[in-house]
Formats: sequence, C-alpha cells, structure tokens
Amino acid sequence: MSATATATTTPVAASANVIPFAESAARVSRDTRPLRLITCGSVDDGKSTLIGRLLWDTKAVKEDQAATLARDSGAQNDLGLPDFALLLDGLQAEREQGITIDVAYRYFSTDRRSFIVADTPGHEQYTRNMVTGASTADLAILLADARVGLLEQTRRHATIAALMGIRQFVLAVNKIDLIGYDKAVFEKIAAEFREFGLALGVRQITAIPMSALKGENVVLSGTEAMPWYEGPTLIEALELATSRSTQAGGFRLPVQRVVRPGESFRGYQGTVSGGAIKPGDSVAVLPSGTVANVKQIVTFDLVRNAAVAGDAITLVLDRQVDVARGDIIVSIDGQPMTGTSFDAQLVSLQPGGIEPGKRYWLKSGARRQRVTIEPTSQLDLSTGQWKPHASLLSMNAIGKVHLSFEEPAVFDAYEQNRATGAFILIDPDTLNTVAGGMVTAKRADIGGIHRGKEGEQRVVLSLPADLAEQLMASELFASRRDEADIRRLTAAEAAEFFSNAGSDI
Amino acid sequence: MSLSAQETEIRNPPVSRPPLDPHLKALENEAIHIFREVAAEFENPVMLYSIGKDSSVLLHLARKAFFPGRVPFPLLHVDTTWKFKEMIEFRDQIAEKYDLDLVVHTNKRGVEENITPFTHGSAFYTDVMKTEALKQALDAGGYDAAFGGARRDEEASRAKERIYSFRTPDHKWDPRNQRPELWNIYNGMIKKGESVRAFPLSNWTEVDIWRYIQAEDIPLVPLYYAAERPYVERDGMMILAEDPRLELKPGEEIQHGMIRFRTLGCFPLTGAIRSTASNLEEVIAELEIATVSERQGRAIDRDQSGSMEKKKREGYF
Repeated sequence: MSATATATTTPVAASANVIPFAESAARVSRDTRPLRLITCGSVDDGKSTLIGRLLWDTKAVKEDQAATLARDSGAQNDLGLPDFALLLDGLQAEREQGITIDVAYRYFSTDRRSFIVADTPGHEQYTRNMVTGASTADLAILLADARVGLLEQTRRHATIAALMGIRQFVLAVNKIDLIGYDKAVFEKIAAEFREFGLALGVRQITAIPMSALKGENVVLSGTEAMPWYEGPTLIEALELATSRSTQAGGFRLPVQRVVRPGESFRGYQGTVSGGAIKPGDSVAVLPSGTVANVKQIVTFDLVRNAAVAGDAITLVLDRQVDVARGDIIVSIDGQPMTGTSFDAQLVSLQPGGIEPGKRYWLKSGARRQRVTIEPTSQLDLSTGQWKPHASLLSMNAIGKVHLSFEEPAVFDAYEQNRATGAFILIDPDTLNTVAGGMVTAKRADIGGIHRGKEGEQRVVLSLPADLAEQLMASELFASRRDEADIRRLTAAEAAEFFSNAGSDI
Repeated sequence: MSLSAQETEIRNPPVSRPPLDPHLKALENEAIHIFREVAAEFENPVMLYSIGKDSSVLLHLARKAFFPGRVPFPLLHVDTTWKFKEMIEFRDQIAEKYDLDLVVHTNKRGVEENITPFTHGSAFYTDVMKTEALKQALDAGGYDAAFGGARRDEEASRAKERIYSFRTPDHKWDPRNQRPELWNIYNGMIKKGESVRAFPLSNWTEVDIWRYIQAEDIPLVPLYYAAERPYVERDGMMILAEDPRLELKPGEEIQHGMIRFRTLGCFPLTGAIRSTASNLEEVIAELEIATVSERQGRAIDRDQSGSMEKKKREGYF
C-alpha cells in the first residue's frame, strides 16, 4: 500500500469515533508517580477489549493509529469500534496466531494520573510473563466473565499476583451486559473473590461490574445500565490506588558505581531503594560493616539536604572507606540481613528449569554473586497448597528454596522491601535469566534455630520419636518443613528442657 | 558545615528550576538508574545520538547520571548525509559545549553506490544507510552496549521490547525469545560478540518528553519550532525544500508556510506539519490537543504493516 493513503485520508470509519482531545488540554501537572498495573485474564474474558477501551476512552489512541487499526481489522464490531486486540498485539507472530505471547507495556493518562499497564497473556504456560509484569506492578486487574464467574485461572493469577507482592486487586466482572446487568450474579462473584483474596493476604479489593465492549464502568459511567452499582468506575479506582510505598524502614543504597572525577571527590552512585538519608546520618557499608557518616548528597541540580526512596543520587561519605559496586550503604539502625544462607520463593522461567545443587549467578540490586539452589517445596496453583519438592523446578513452577552463597549476601525480606528482597538467577552457561525470586528470611547458620517472623507464636512439642516421624511424613508437615526446627533428644533431656523453660508453658 | 573550594565546583549552575513533578521525577530516576547500570556492567558502551528531541533528553539524562563525572562513553551519530543541515550544526555545537566524545559514521559503500532516498525508495535506502551503517559502526567500535532513545509508546512492536534488548553477534533481535526482565534488575551478562541495546526512555511518552524538555530547559534543533519555511508537497508529505539535492518533479513547486517537525530524520523522508507553535509552550499546547501520533510523519513505518518489527529484527534501532 502506498504511503499516502493512511497519512492523508482519515475518513475511515474508525476515526469517526475518535473523540477530539481538546477538552483535556490541561494535563499539565501530575502530582503523583505513575501507577503501574498488570491485567490478568484471557482473551475470552475480554482483556484486549478492556485495555483497548481504556486506551480509547482516555484518548491514548491517535487518529492515524486508529486508521491503521481500521485498515488492518477491516470489519468492526456492532458498535462500530475496531478490533482492539489488533491495537495491542504488536508482534507479527501474535497476529498470525491470534494470541498474545509476551508482556507488552501500554501508557495512558487522565488529568489526575498516568498509568503504565503490563499486558500479559492468560495462557497457563505463560506464567513467566505474568510474573515479569507483576514484578513491577502496584495493582492487579483480574478479569472475570460475568457469565462464567471465577475460573481456576482467575485464582491462579490472583495467587501469583499476591505472591509477587501485589496488595491491591481490582476484579473486573466483565460482560455484565450479557447477563442483563444482574446485580445478584455480580455480588456473588464479588463475594467469592473477596474471600479468596483475603485468604491470599490482599486487603484492598474492589469489584466492578462492567461492559468493556460498551464502555460501561471502564472510563465512562455505567450508571444508566446499572443504577444499583454505587462504586467507582475502573478508572476512578485506578486514580485512587496507591503507588507502592517508598518503603518505610531503613535507608538502602545499592552502590551501582563509584565516581571519581578528581582526586578530592569520591561519590557512590545508586538509587535509594528504601528509607531516607540526610547529611550527617551514620551509615554502614555492607557486607563489610564499615561505618561512616554522610557528608553530602550530590545531584546534577543541587547539593541536596535529603534524599528518599526512588531518588537516583551520588552519596559522599566523610571518610575514606572501601566501597565497591555491589555493596549496600544502609542506615545504622534497621539494617538488612547479612548471611550466606537464605530462604526464598522463586519462579522458574526457562525450559531447562532450576536444577538442585547447580551454581547460578544471582543478581540483586547491583550485586552479582554465586549461589546454589536447593528446592524444598512447590506451589500447586490449582489448590494453592505447597507440596514437598526437592528436585528440578520446571518452567513456570513456583518453589520454595534454600539459597547458599559462597560470599556473604545482603537482603531484606521481599515483604519489607521489594527492591532489596528481589533477585534474578542467571544460568552460567546460557547467561539467560532463568528465575525471579523473593527472599523470605535468613536461615540460621547450621545448627541454629529458626527465628520466625517478629511476633510469631510458636509451640515446642515433645513427642515419642515414632509419632514425630509419622507427623513429619504427613503432607501438611512436609509442605511447611522449612518453618520447623527439629532436635532429637533423650526423654531425660526433653524433660530437663521443659523444666528449664519455666512457668510460661 | 562549610564547603571547600573543590566542593563548590560541583554546585550547580545558579539557575534554579522548580523541582520536577513526581511523575517526571520517577521517569528521570529510572533512566538514570539504567544509565549507571549499563555503564557499570558493560566494557564498552556507546550512546546512539540521533540529534532529535529524544536523543536530546537522553543526553541530558546521561549528563545527570554521571555528574559530577564526565559522560563515560562516546556518542555515535549515524550520518546518512541526508540529515537536515540544522541538525548537523546543532550536533557539533552540543558536542563541543558539553565536552562529549562524538563518533560520526557514514556507510561509505552506500555513498559510493549513490544510494539515496530519491533513487532507491525509503525501505532500501534506510536498510543501507541506517541499518547497515549502524551495524558497521557498532562492529567498528566493538561496542557491547548501545543506548537508544526508543520509547515503548512509539510503535506496537516497541511496546514489547525490554529495557535491555539482547542482540546476537549479527545484531538480530528475536522478539519471541527475549530475556524475562523482572523488577529493575537487569541481566547484563552476554557472550563475546553479543550486545545489548539499552533503552532508558522505555517508559516515557511523547508528552513526557516535551514536558521534561520544558522543565529542564533542554536545547533542541530549531526545526521543532514553527517558522516560515520553504517546502514541497510530495506523497502527502511536506518536505523541506532548502537542500539543493531535492529535485522538483513535474507539477511540484516550492511553497512557503509556517511549518515544523514532530520528529527529525532524513529530510526527504520526514514530513512537516503545519503549525504556528514557535516555542516550547506552544508546541506542548499543540501536542496536547493533537490527535495524530508522531510517527505519522515517518515514511518508513508505512512501507508495510509490521514494518518496524521487521526492521528491528534486522538490526534497525
């Protein structure tokens, strides 16, 4: 086709639907960071239509893109709208196969806020792509078809999103028009999902009845069709969502580079990944533990009097200390965990899987080091249960593992700090990224005792060895084996232990 | 605490700007993080510098990322010899002003064989003078990482590109087999001969670019601002008529009008738009009510559907 046609002729049917942009001319200042979200669901749930609708109704689709869309899709739906899936599926291979095979990022904004959507496929074998999209997301939109309710797939997606640390869910109950805007059906699905989400530890759950195709309760109000619904539209819910907190807690600066433009200046460059810092504060350099004070915070714009999580800065210390790329500068109070043995959860991303006992490269922050992986259990996504598993974690498997380092490593628990609790594994042979992982706890050195979470209640039992062995062989016990401490004692030693423990028992 | 003489040197130019809004600040922080990570992990990075607005933003961010140090890698400009004259002037001024190492590469073979956008059509010309030239330059420099100013909102195939986009030794991109990219942890491990294209502006949109240029007062090639300029209408595009190599076809005539460019490339392939926006504020105001995407002015995207993906697979940036 010639170059002229699309450029100069716009009277394609689709462009008639492009609403002039003029009324939104005042998008000048946005006082919040972009909200990053992930959409989970399948083509059948209407995911492409939903995202297309978000882009369309926020005017993120430009006229010529709409024209290309109309040219490529030819036919339009009943409402005269183009096939949104074509707008989204960027790669030729996908268009040919009619499926989405990778993560794509979309951008749209309202007067109040800008949004980055990670659009990921719904097919089971692409768990890895969803994990990729979820890793940076503040919020997950889960799609359900109002006609069929929650599917196993919906639960899988919710489980993965929760595992990746997403604590805000929106359940989009789509195609509500096809069940006659039935309030009772919506409420049943919403209640069922809320219960499931709470069990996953997700407290922020908004369920919204909508028709993405008709644009009801997506960007525009659906009140006319659903006067019974008083909650927010999708875009309102997104505008009100919180960006991932800048991580209260201790200061963390993973050092990316050391800058020495002259004899007298030595600065440590990195992005603050937790807490805040100001000149005069005392810091420790990990893993060595050397202590110094902050002399200056330097940026291109000015010498600053404070920096907070998210800021890319150059830090100057008040004395000569040995700091290299990969070290972490942290506040003296509230330091991260330093050690050679950690518990983690990881997602296996490549066909070769994750092999027990193999040495991988682990990268976290700016630090790369050797690690050996020992799987202990695997998550069954259909039941949400962890099952004992010590062998290869195949592609898309989610496992609990032990990490063993040759040199000291530094982590926060992922739940406390996403930036300093996350890592990737790199295969030393292919150099490909083979896993994404989240540290849960430091393991006590050999012979030590599990410390558990702060405030966690624990029970010490003393049992006959044969009974203990039967209990330990049970599936329930095995699935949580790594949370338990076991010592074999004589009956006399056990009796003495309990008498020493005193009156609390 | 008082500052010593040397410390005062790293104080900023006295111009104080209002702080960036959190949205732009977040984008800036992300870009600086990527710059530092690539510079630390790769042996021989280079920054592709196309002189356009995105490159100007990219350069500004690089200077910020490494301050108070120098930008620790060269800038590479692939000169097709068909760029706007004002672009080349601007390039040389900037390189001098900011004390940058500038590498300019032209595909000599293409020049010798007289491959021009007028004689060979945009697809073949782009392949030889841009894609092939870029590969030559990257090979010649032995660069293992190349920064580019591509944004995911530009075009559908870019929407799926990673921030570290892996390339084979012959510069091929395999969109179906990209490395997973989680959190902001980038895998910079490659084998000899392989390379990475790094895109610090991945998450920026066109509006972000303009608002950042405004907030940071970044100099641009004047062609982005409307002025009375001579042009010729051809294939539905307004082509700037100031280069003597532009030969008029029968029926064509040079017209004059207020025009500007939304993107800058090779002048015969880059269409102007009619506009009266002669300064940054007016350009942004115009942009915010625009209903046409910026790549509309680019002839190469329209050669065929999926054309950008094809070009990228072959090694185009």
